Amino acid sequence: MIGDIDPTIINLTVFVLAVFVGYHVVWNVTPALHTPLMSVTNAISGIILVGAMLAAGPAETDWGVWLGAVAVTIAAINVFGGFLVTQRMLEMFKKKEKKGSE
Amino acid sequence: MSANLVALAYLVASVFFILALKGLSSPVTARRGNVFGILGMIIAVTTTLTLTENWMLILGCIAVGGTIGAIVAKRVQMTAMPELVAFMHSLVGLAAVFIAIAAINNPVSFGLPAELPMGSKLELFLGTFIGAMTWSGSVIAFLKLSGRMSGAPVVFSGQHMLNLALAIVMIGFGLWFFFSDTTNWTAFIVMTAIAFLLGFLIIIPIGGADMPVVISMLNSYSGWAAAGIGFSLGNPMLIIAGSLVGSSGAILSYIMCKAMNRPFLSVILGGFGSEGAIVSADDGEQKTYRSGSADDAAFIMGNADSVVIVPGYGLAVARAQHAVKELADALLEKGVNVRFAIHPVAGRMPGHMNVLLAEAEIDYEYVLEMDEINSDFSNTDVVLVLGANDVVNPAANIPGSPIYGMPILDAHKARTVMVVKRSMAAGYAGLDNDLFYMDKTMMVFGDAKKIVESMVKAL
Repeated sequence: MIGDIDPTIINLTVFVLAVFVGYHVVWNVTPALHTPLMSVTNAISGIILVGAMLAAGPAETDWGVWLGAVAVTIAAINVFGGFLVTQRMLEMFKKKEKKGSE
Repeated sequence: MSANLVALAYLVASVFFILALKGLSSPVTARRGNVFGILGMIIAVTTTLTLTENWMLILGCIAVGGTIGAIVAKRVQMTAMPELVAFMHSLVGLAAVFIAIAAINNPVSFGLPAELPMGSKLELFLGTFIGAMTWSGSVIAFLKLSGRMSGAPVVFSGQHMLNLALAIVMIGFGLWFFFSDTTNWTAFIVMTAIAFLLGFLIIIPIGGADMPVVISMLNSYSGWAAAGIGFSLGNPMLIIAGSLVGSSGAILSYIMCKAMNRPFLSVILGGFGSEGAIVSADDGEQKTYRSGSADDAAFIMGNADSVVIVPGYGLAVARAQHAVKELADALLEKGVNVRFAIHPVAGRMPGHMNVLLAEAEIDYEYVLEMDEINSDFSNTDVVLVLGANDVVNPAANIPGSPIYGMPILDAHKARTVMVVKRSMAAGYAGLDNDLFYMDKTMMVFGDAKKIVESMVKAL
């Protein structure tokens, strides 16, 4: 029966469930960390890198592949920049935690 | 790698992304969360690499982009975080458009049928249009936030009608694209161009102070753009990651709107206060206020038992967070109970003030959210308001006031209030603040940073 279902419907199922998961997880984020939340979601939306890699993937290089290569570069800025700046911000929250417990 | 293995690896990566967000529920687990996010990304990228043939090209591009990203992440000032975030949203949008174009050019490389079915065309349309709007909207947000463009709203008559007309024309070209038997590039390109223009037009009428909402909203868009591309490529991991980001941005927009007491729609349509601000003009009466010097203020705080500091946008502008840290230390040394009260819209993006205080090495134990501290104000000796205005305006409790219903910090309940401000000018909402005229209030005029520094000296 599964085979008869249009893949779009399955994607839609995944989508709706993921929105629910996101909704519940994000409400639990402490307001003090809303800026790191934004930068980490920036990094996570860099997952579009996967699509860019597929575009740049074929061995036969035409202009589409080059466009994909540009997209890979752009998305990589997001992934690296996002995770690293989040790390940097969270370190700031860490230092004081140590001081407090000493 | 078999398709099933790839799908399983993507599932693992998706779970890591969920754990990354879950970690942010507390500063203690947040760093581990970020590591989970990085692991998820490594799994996703390595798995995808096995599906591609141009390894050298792809790895080279990742290295270039990664280096740029790392440099930017290392150099950015914490006060400039909103600009960085807007800049990164724009990149996601642009990447989404490029991927969609590449997919239309060569569907087979994405595992799509060579002759795109209508469903895929619809999904590509959605991904492109959200991506294009995210890009141009974020570019405007970036220019406004970094001061390269005036933060003032750009409004002209017929604006909403123009946007609506453009949206309809865009959908028209979208339909032409769906129903064309072959790949209709003309329709697709016109549609994308209009989407770019719409993103631009939608953000220009939004004023500088509404930026926390705009950034959150574009954060949400960038997620939906990634999810849209996930639909086009039939990739559940992209859908999951995109939805997480999309719902996160949506929730943040909601929180920001609520904290500013602004309906979401009116923020999006722009032009704040066209009805409220004018009505609220002075009633003509010259009200009296008391002003004092930084030394007086320091003396009073030094003798108090408890002090609550309310930092606002003005503090971020003056970059006074390090001076405030010294002030807090000096007071703590005198045995004063010092705490910070953060309103949800303090700063220029959600949680911005917390990061600025954290950067100045102020222990987050002393930094409290509005709900945590509001009941304590009546037992507080001194409240020091630094560059905040509307968020401590008691008019929010008076029915009929334009800001009625806006959640505020109850600074007016403290025994003594001290307000550091440049002048008596009204805040963003254009309202007079009764707090400034209360008998127990002392105004200290000047630049927040200089004032705080002289307070530290006096202590």
